[in-house]
Amino acid sequence: MPLLEVRDLRAGYGAIIAVKGISLDVNEGEIVTLIGSNGAGKSTTLRAISGVIRPRGGQVTFAGQRIDRLQPHAIVRLGLSHVPEGRGIFHSLSVYENLLMGAYTRDDAIQADLERVYHLFPRLKERLDQPGGTLSGGEQQMLAIGRALMARPRLLLLDEPSMGLSPVLVETIFETIQAIRREGATVLLVEQNALMALEIADRAYVIESGEITLSGTGPALSRDDAVRRAYLGEA
Amino acid sequence: MHPALTLSVSFWSDQFVNGLTTGSIYALIALGYTMVYGVLKMINFAHGEVFMLGSFAGYGALVVMGGNDLSGPVIALAILGAIIVAMAASVSASVVIERLAYRPLRNAPRLAPLISAIGVSIFLQYLVLEQTSARAKFYPDIFPRGSLSAGPFEITYIQLFLIASSVAMMALLYAIIQRTRLGRAIRAVAENPTNASLMGVDVNRTIVVVFILGAAMAGVAGVLYGLFFQTIRGSMGFIPGIKAFTAAVLGGIGSIPGAMAGGYVLGLAETVGRELLNELPGVSLGNQWRDVIAFTLLVTILIFRPTGIFAQRSTTRA
Ligand SMILES: Nc1ncnc2c1ncn2[C@@H]1O[C@H](COP(=O)(O)OP(=O)(O)O)[C@@H](O)[C@H]1O
Ligand SMILES: [Mg+2]
Repeated sequence: MPLLEVRDLRAGYGAIIAVKGISLDVNEGEIVTLIGSNGAGKSTTLRAISGVIRPRGGQVTFAGQRIDRLQPHAIVRLGLSHVPEGRGIFHSLSVYENLLMGAYTRDDAIQADLERVYHLFPRLKERLDQPGGTLSGGEQQMLAIGRALMARPRLLLLDEPSMGLSPVLVETIFETIQAIRREGATVLLVEQNALMALEIADRAYVIESGEITLSGTGPALSRDDAVRRAYLGEA
Repeated sequence: MHPALTLSVSFWSDQFVNGLTTGSIYALIALGYTMVYGVLKMINFAHGEVFMLGSFAGYGALVVMGGNDLSGPVIALAILGAIIVAMAASVSASVVIERLAYRPLRNAPRLAPLISAIGVSIFLQYLVLEQTSARAKFYPDIFPRGSLSAGPFEITYIQLFLIASSVAMMALLYAIIQRTRLGRAIRAVAENPTNASLMGVDVNRTIVVVFILGAAMAGVAGVLYGLFFQTIRGSMGFIPGIKAFTAAVLGGIGSIPGAMAGGYVLGLAETVGRELLNELPGVSLGNQWRDVIAFTLLVTILIFRPTGIFAQRSTTRA
């Protein structure tokens, strides 16, 4: 059974129906990517999974349990962490406090997890006492991922972690995502940067106007002509 | 004009101590306004009545424990008991108000909860006025009389107690907000409720906790007010409520240290400020002018510096 099973999920805002019945699976230990152009419904899909918006229909099952009626704080406790678009750093909290917020659901020792985050992102360790809002975009993205790891999630939802970052930083972030997977977490990665995402993904789904139009292994999709034309910038 | 007074150092130091006394009450109440605004972006105009209910509950507790017959060291215990009862009453009222009058309107236009708050305020005020036949109640006159002096400063025991317990409560609250997991969750919810929920914070529960903390401060203020001014009545929450709201605005609504500082600035402006104005030739302002000064300040701040007199960054909410 997949770790995350999405069936016929529908979601939207007011009169807007942004996600029109999509289904996808994420198996334990995989990196799965959801790619699609701006406005296709990627962020809405993640929001409906993590409970930020209530699904209009369909089912979401995580680790064998239905979660489509749960509130986000309850879903986090089950081991599903969502790093939202825009990173969601608390600007008025220090970097250290942001990391502690990541561990909010835990009541065991977190020192080892802090060390692991410092090891992944040494720059954060130098800035622990700074307000989160003073970090650069790249540092904020590191903090957002590090903070999500503090919850020791089984599944990490990442919404466009490469957005607004320099190519070097994008490289770092993607290497980190692979490192996180090697350490046992499962990742559902949303990206507009399809090229990079397909390179590291085991499997991929393509979403257009709220519907899944293609799916397959990462390498297969990156060879697909339609995908190359639409998302990899080839004529 | 009273030129004799202007030369007296002790006159001004008395005004200063009086300013700190009323300032303490304003600051305690202002915390409830500012914290609720921090998480809900809403002015809880029923908060003055939460203060009033605490004052009445403390009064009831003192009367039950013996009222004016209390004497000796037992007085200290009775006052502590009254404070605890007042906190419990204010907290319960506030939790019920949040649940019934505000939470159902969480996603309504911003004016709706505001109107609901004013409705609750009027309801509670008239409920108590009706129950007391609109008559004042008098706190038992049990607090030891006497005063301490230090240099030009003379402070009565009750003033000292009032200021010291207010400062202690505020220090405790500040430590909770800045140093505990709960406080971090409150600050996170104030900044961004959705992101806080993604960290595993139960936003509704945290909002209730904010109402509880604010109401506890108001309950303490209610007893301190009663012990100091002695006269309480159903309408007593209105003016201190608006003054405390003014204090919160002065300090930058949403800011906790701002509300504390704003309370003292307002307390001092009303007392010392009024007497300073009286120094001007031809000016003689009676006691009622305290309110005029406070509300002139409120309007001026709202027009010229709506983020408060200490504002640095608009995102800092703690
Ligand atoms: N908060 C919102 N309120 C209203 N409409 C929204 C909101 N967020 C997204 N939408 C709309 O929903 C659709 C899908 O958006 P989104 O899921 O953000 O796409 P993507 O993440 O793929 O760029 C778009 O038409 C967008 O305009
Ligand atoms: Mg998006």
